[in-house]
Amino acid sequence: MAEFFQLLIIGLSQGCVYGLIAMGFVMIYKATEMVNFAQGDIMMVGTFVAFTFIVTWGFNFWLGLLAAMAVMAVFGFLVDAIVVRRIIGQPQFSIVILTISLGFIFRAVAGMIWGQAPLSLDTPFIGTSNMGGVVIGHDRLAIMGGTVVVVTLIFLFLRYSRWGIAMQAASQNQLAAFYVGIPVKLVYSGVWGLAAAISCVAGVLLAPITLIGPLNGFLGIKAFAAAVIGGFGSLPGALIGGLIIGIAEPFAAAYLPEVKNIIGYLIMFAVLMLRPEGLFATIYQKKV
Amino acid sequence: MRVLFKTDYNQDVKFAKHSGYVFWYALLLAAVFLAPVALDTYWINELTRVLIYALAGLGLMVVTGFTGQVSLGHAAFMAIGAYTHAFLLTQGVPFIFSLPIAALTSGIVGLMIAIPASRMTGLYLTIASLAFAIVVEDLVIHWESVTGGNRGMVVDPPALFGYEIFEAWEYYYVVLVLLIISIALVLNILRSPLGRSMLAVRDSEISAQSLGIRVARTKVLAFLLSAMLTGLAGGLFAHFIQFLSPETFGILLSIQLLLMIVVGGLGTVHGAIFGAFLIGLLEALISILKDLLPPAIGTQPGLEPGLFGLILVLFIIFEPEGVYGRWVKFRTFLESFPFYRRNTFKRQRSYLKTERMR
Repeated sequence: MAEFFQLLIIGLSQGCVYGLIAMGFVMIYKATEMVNFAQGDIMMVGTFVAFTFIVTWGFNFWLGLLAAMAVMAVFGFLVDAIVVRRIIGQPQFSIVILTISLGFIFRAVAGMIWGQAPLSLDTPFIGTSNMGGVVIGHDRLAIMGGTVVVVTLIFLFLRYSRWGIAMQAASQNQLAAFYVGIPVKLVYSGVWGLAAAISCVAGVLLAPITLIGPLNGFLGIKAFAAAVIGGFGSLPGALIGGLIIGIAEPFAAAYLPEVKNIIGYLIMFAVLMLRPEGLFATIYQKKV
Repeated sequence: MRVLFKTDYNQDVKFAKHSGYVFWYALLLAAVFLAPVALDTYWINELTRVLIYALAGLGLMVVTGFTGQVSLGHAAFMAIGAYTHAFLLTQGVPFIFSLPIAALTSGIVGLMIAIPASRMTGLYLTIASLAFAIVVEDLVIHWESVTGGNRGMVVDPPALFGYEIFEAWEYYYVVLVLLIISIALVLNILRSPLGRSMLAVRDSEISAQSLGIRVARTKVLAFLLSAMLTGLAGGLFAHFIQFLSPETFGILLSIQLLLMIVVGGLGTVHGAIFGAFLIGLLEALISILKDLLPPAIGTQPGLEPGLFGLILVLFIIFEPEGVYGRWVKFRTFLESFPFYRRNTFKRQRSYLKTERMR
């Protein structure tokens, strides 16, 4: 039983990270109808930026995290404003190719700046707690706590703030939002910034568990699987999809080691077969 | 400027629109068939590599260029083709059977991905293909009895009817003939109802559906064809590199294939071929560039994918029609001189409307 809870905790914390990244691009997808294949790499860049603030420049952890989030928000904003905005209105595949190429560029540039060798980022979450035989690392607790905080903040932001409501409006109907005076372009770039800041948090929370390296961005692919499981376009779905994959992984590693790397994708294919619209369907057949 | 006077409906589906086509393509055909006479072994090998890439690119073009579904996992189909072919050869299956079986296997696996993914609109096929590529890479590593895992796998030289092909020029002809057959096949499909519905699905799924085209079926068939062609290229590639290992078919190869068709020109058969030549050129340029750059940047393992990404971004933003599109514009400029107008090729923009219904 203790082993079960142990694996569950590991899975939950891992799943929270997938969920956070997945939420980042579901947010972008909902707002702008674009799928950002570079989200994982934006997370990777965010982790490196936080590393620079905290380790290289010796900032306090929380201050460094906030600074990194701010930098990443500007970064995401600029990625949209400078590059991605140019191809709005082009066919869908242009956007796919554009964002996945951006991911490769980020990876290459990050490798040049911070090097290929894995770096470690010290967080205040060290040590473990023992709860009835289940050993829980504080870093894992921090991931779960951090996810709850971030998700709550996003929910409140989208529900009550002026900008959040503008984002929802722009995501539902671009043209109508523009007519009622919402600065759609600005809102879109803002969504990109917000998503980048969220994935920065995810990356920093994950940093004590996996070291920081330019290839961390490939985690984003698992987050895609998470979003598909949850039903592309649903924020709670993305989080739950992430949790499902996260929980499946350590259990697969313990009981079915052959499939431990691909279990998430297998679940995704199973979901596509059985319930292609995902667990929390938000995409319906378009009616004309 | 040539004005085509059409007197017959069949003229619309003819490969050669006018005598100019016949002349130039005959010249090209003669050139590629005579190339081994003039070139030494190194260049024949390079040319063979380009032709194999062109075949794989043609496969990707069917699904991405003609049907509008981006696949980020076509390296996996090359891997399936290559490993199936190599494995069958070790089991004593002759080359002439094992290559089609490899292509077919790849196609069937492609079906298994496309059928669930094509039930949904949007980007599901892209994400499924990306995940699929990772699953295949993992499978290649772990299924050691067939693939040799990380140790890799040696591929025997091909043998046609008991005659072993060792010389580079002999293999060049094998690849060339298969490529020409594949191009003819794709061109033929493009003018058939299936090809027309692929283009319709690419341009607008909704209007295609309204016209009675079965969108999901079209996507699945396109994916099948595409996976088969790419699997065939994989089988040929296996002989070319003679040693298979899992990292040969990583995500970088998928991106390279994508780069090829985007740079070459999305949505045209020419694009796949142009793209293959350009990527051959690009690889040579990158290796020169690596020597020129300061070692801190030049030896970065991420440099090559980064450059690929940069080129892709630049092409998508500034010339989404690729090199072939540029050439078409240039030709139109010459043909209609002095009446060429920039707006002839102005891209249409459409307002973004959500695919999610409320």
